[in-house]
Amino acid sequence: MTAEETAGRPSAALRTEALEQLLVERGLIDPAVVDRLITTYETNIGPLNGAKVVAKAWTDPAYRERLLADGTTATKELGFGGPQGEHIVVVENSAKEHNVVVCTLCSCYPWPLLGLPPSWYKDPAYRARVVREPRTVLSEMGLDLDADVRITVRDSSSEVRWLVLPERPAGTESLSEDELVELVTRDAMVGVAKVAAP
Amino acid sequence: MEGIADLGGTEGWGPVHPTRRDEPVFPERWNARAFALGALAWRAAGANLDAFRHGLERQDRDAYLGEGYWGRWLNAGELVLLDSALLAPGAVDARARRLAGDPAEEPPIPEPHKPGYAPTAEGSLRVLDVPPALAAGDHVRTKTMAPPGHTRLAKYVRGHVGVVEAVQPASVLPDTNAHFVAENPQYVYTVRFASRELWGADSEPFDVTVDLFESYLEKIA
Repeated sequence: MTAEETAGRPSAALRTEALEQLLVERGLIDPAVVDRLITTYETNIGPLNGAKVVAKAWTDPAYRERLLADGTTATKELGFGGPQGEHIVVVENSAKEHNVVVCTLCSCYPWPLLGLPPSWYKDPAYRARVVREPRTVLSEMGLDLDADVRITVRDSSSEVRWLVLPERPAGTESLSEDELVELVTRDAMVGVAKVAAP
Repeated sequence: MEGIADLGGTEGWGPVHPTRRDEPVFPERWNARAFALGALAWRAAGANLDAFRHGLERQDRDAYLGEGYWGRWLNAGELVLLDSALLAPGAVDARARRLAGDPAEEPPIPEPHKPGYAPTAEGSLRVLDVPPALAAGDHVRTKTMAPPGHTRLAKYVRGHVGVVEAVQPASVLPDTNAHFVAENPQYVYTVRFASRELWGADSEPFDVTVDLFESYLEKIA
């Protein structure tokens, strides 16, 4: 497609409807499968899965060890696996080590644990800049890290899918695993935020 | 290939967008349909995930950026269907114009020519009967190749020196798999680069790890 051809095209909304009609008419796709796929990612697969993994790792030291040693197997233990989760690697954030995840080439993301990526993760500004000036980008996103914190940016350029195990916030010692799940955010599991105490 | 999709380190994008905890998975209804159609299109076309990603990166700047992430997916789905001649060029636009009330003429359905692609296993991970050529701690230099087709060797790490942090499982090589030449599975290495190696002495101090296929790397002493 040349730029002129792109500019003159009907809207994406209309083209989507057109594409679906053409494929359904020829029996190449089943509209029920389309609906099912949408429902799955709208309602069943999202950051709550990852939050359960994190809360378990915070409360069960043996699980945390298994999770950091073999993320794929440990997350499967809780029932999470599937497309874009063939090989999960979990890295731990601490007071001195901070990991943040990106995919500079497209928007690869651990779907089984976090669902489909949010808009900022897919945005060119985030993809381009976080591998060049992560401290500045994180600060713009509201996370100011001390100068002595070592930042590692994880660029998901193959099928390795990265998940950040955030630091457990101070003052949450008395909370149950279920209560901790509520605190864990998607942003903290990508590494652009920390988990706040309630 | 050199294209708009290879964004790492490029300039001129402005500030990052703020995050929202309550952002809907699909902000607009067509986004959801485009997601599902994109995911189903490459299977209908007889292609694979790497070919779909090549469809994402073959778009010109306007097509890639104009309608956001889900617009990109829609375009990539259409491209792999055009490659397999399951759609004729112009078919989607003609139907879309008809939906808008314009009696556009639709091109005839072409004779399909899907790729003769049969994966040797589910997904992209494969088990190799040879050991990895590299080990954690090895110093490596990324190749400076700029292949004309698909590659997962991002431009910003080409020709740079890093250290292997971890050996990951072998996976089909996107460069050949996207074009249905061969699966060519290889070990993947998580390679750690210092920011000053990539961006110069004035850059913020940090590291980047990039997951790189064995054929992208040369061991150095």
